[in-house]
Amino acid sequence: MNHSRAEVLVLEPKTETMRWRKPALSESSFRKILSAAGAFVLLLLLAILLSLIIASLPAIRSFGIGFFFGSTWDPVRSEFGAFPFVLGTLATSFLALIISVIFSIPISIFLGEYSAQGPTATFIKSMIELLAGVPSVIYGFCGLFLLAPLVRILETKLGVAPYGVGIFAASLVLSIMIIPYSASIGREVISLVPSDLKEAAFSLGATRFEVIRKVILPYAGSGIVAGILLSLGRALGETMAVTMVIGNSNFIPKSIFSPANTLPSVIANEFTEATGSLYLASLIKLGLVLFIVTTLINLIGKLIIRRIGVRE
Amino acid sequence: MIIVLLAFCSILPMFFILFFITRKGISVINWRFLTELPKPVGEIGGGISNAIIGTFMLIGIATAFSVPVGILAGIFLSENRKSRLASLTRLCVETLQGVPSIVIGIVAYLWLVVSMGSFSALSGGMALGLMMLPVIITATEETLKLIPESLKEASLGLGVSYPRTILKVILPAGVSGLVTGILLSIARVAGETAPLLFTAFGSPFMNVNILKPMNSLPLMIFNYATSPYPEWHTLAWGASFILIVFVLGLNLFTKVVTRRWKVQF
Amino acid sequence: MESTILRIEQFSAFFGAAGVLKDIKLSIPDKRITAIMGPSGCGKTTLIRCINRMHELNPDATVSGRILLDGEDIYATDPIIVRRQIGMVFQKPNPFPMMSIYNNVIAGYNLNGIRLVQNEKDRVVEESLRKAALWDEVKGALHRRGTFLSGGQQQRLCIARALAMQPEVLLLDEPTSALDPKATSHIEELLVQLKDTVTIILVTHNMAQAARVSDYTAFLYLGELIEFGPSGRMFTAPKEKRTEEYLTGKFG
Repeated sequence: MNHSRAEVLVLEPKTETMRWRKPALSESSFRKILSAAGAFVLLLLLAILLSLIIASLPAIRSFGIGFFFGSTWDPVRSEFGAFPFVLGTLATSFLALIISVIFSIPISIFLGEYSAQGPTATFIKSMIELLAGVPSVIYGFCGLFLLAPLVRILETKLGVAPYGVGIFAASLVLSIMIIPYSASIGREVISLVPSDLKEAAFSLGATRFEVIRKVILPYAGSGIVAGILLSLGRALGETMAVTMVIGNSNFIPKSIFSPANTLPSVIANEFTEATGSLYLASLIKLGLVLFIVTTLINLIGKLIIRRIGVRE
Repeated sequence: MIIVLLAFCSILPMFFILFFITRKGISVINWRFLTELPKPVGEIGGGISNAIIGTFMLIGIATAFSVPVGILAGIFLSENRKSRLASLTRLCVETLQGVPSIVIGIVAYLWLVVSMGSFSALSGGMALGLMMLPVIITATEETLKLIPESLKEASLGLGVSYPRTILKVILPAGVSGLVTGILLSIARVAGETAPLLFTAFGSPFMNVNILKPMNSLPLMIFNYATSPYPEWHTLAWGASFILIVFVLGLNLFTKVVTRRWKVQF
Repeated sequence: MESTILRIEQFSAFFGAAGVLKDIKLSIPDKRITAIMGPSGCGKTTLIRCINRMHELNPDATVSGRILLDGEDIYATDPIIVRRQIGMVFQKPNPFPMMSIYNNVIAGYNLNGIRLVQNEKDRVVEESLRKAALWDEVKGALHRRGTFLSGGQQQRLCIARALAMQPEVLLLDEPTSALDPKATSHIEELLVQLKDTVTIILVTHNMAQAARVSDYTAFLYLGELIEFGPSGRMFTAPKEKRTEEYLTGKFG
């Protein structure tokens, strides 16, 4: 069997039927393709950021930061103040967060501490996953036709203008949508609390509830916070359900029962009718801010999770 | 105990939603509903056929865009655990995952609608593809990371080249995880409306031309639900039923079926 | 005088800055079984992974010196070609889980895109399985996945898979350490039968196995070749003190 010294690329076939071919794709080309795919994702994100910035430049130049404190949004008069939407977004998101935490922490405790396995746990876990899988527009639809009438009844009883739709209704719908996010992370974190810590507390005579309150929750605290941050990120960016239930008003909301708009919902409502480049640029500027804020919140949340070593 | 009560309370909404959609939607479903085009306001009947076709076409475009790039990027990440580019890419994937869907819509508008001069299914499909991409990349990376090194060594030890080892040995070994990732990402975007609002835009007509506007189930539900016409509301309930059955069914299907393909190591 | 098929000259291997093999000089005789022996960490696995150029798959790995197969420097050859001429069987049996037994054996061809006629394929599969003393046990189940096989059978399947490539040298890295005694002795018998067809280099930490099976033994310690010679002599009258200490269990 002979092979030449300098560039042995083909082995002489041992039988008639063995023809050794060089692979069509060399290793270095393949690795370059893989790296290119990775770099593509990088470039994609940069392109998204750049596009948003460039498209909102007219609005940035005209208004600057004051954009977000201006309280009048009147496209006819080319006045673009985004404060009503900032308020709407903050109000709905934080209200939704508070409401959802009331439910997601018990779920986390239940699944992480009480019954991690077994049919009940699987059932609840599946239900939570289903909740996360329901499309946003269906939440909005059900919110509009099922929840808003109930809120209208509540408002009548309270003597407030019975819109039905508004910040309160939107927050309720939003809170249901974000439960899965904090619940699953909370569950992971709580189940990771080392048992010797818990056993030590039990042996000192603590009740189940006290152990939860004083040992588990503080230990899992940062993980739960991370879960809440991720829910917040999700809530801020939620569009369809909120759009359908928030009442579409561009004025500063006066109470939690007022109709309003959030950053995503005003974009959804007005984008296709925006005439004039300043109008469109202003809406895109809203999108840019949304992008930056949600990215920051999500990254902080994920950073906390990585620090404490939980698998999502 | 309070905790247990609260935990169970939080899943009540799920039941309400499923119950009402089924009750209001199922009576609307019939063969004509599925195969006819929507009728103008005031006329009775009509269907959602263009929305159903549109949904599938948009998903098709999105898949064509996101799957090849996504799998390659996922392979890149699992084969390069420590490189700088890989860490940056992972960061970008996580960031992309969290971008609000309406912002994705704006971007697709800027990139494709402005340059093409009209709304189109292509731009809508690209927007959905952008949303599928991070899910596919992450699923691919996680699946391939679980494949033991010994498999790669067995192949390389036989003198198989690195590209062939990855494509013919490692990828097939992880096929169930990859398919799961793709199906789950499809389930995610099938119900998305916001990215389509100003890209695919919707249409009352049947359209299979990807350069023109196209309807989809979520878009139709949104438009009809927020309209003032009760006939359209009824159609929206029917469409919602179809959509939710599709999305939740796909989730279920993914879990059950891909378990059977999983390779044991 | 035995003819040498593999010559290792002034060969050193590193992981980053850490040296793992130091100036190894070794001549492996053709069509014989050479055992490479030594305590954990002595570099024996690294040595054979350098012989089939798998060591360099680790990004921090570097080597210096030469290894000549039939007079050709394997580091001047495409590593893919080298690995087809020098086969390897690993410590833990690793048949391809998605493939049938048949396809596992013929994998070296399938994966490399070599198209064989169906008869050729059948012939290669049967020959390799016979050489690996596995044919009779699996001939009725060739198209089933190999996962139902026992550990010993899976390892013989891996041997068949390597043999199908008709390599000149077969490297085995502690091939029986994960197997029970019965399977171990099957494989040891198999290796003795195989040496007429292919040169065998066997890494083992089991001295008794080396003594039973090999014609020549090399003793490595802390990355250096301490002694090399015919096994009969090595085990009864070692020349080096450290060899003797290892054999009598003073360390390792």
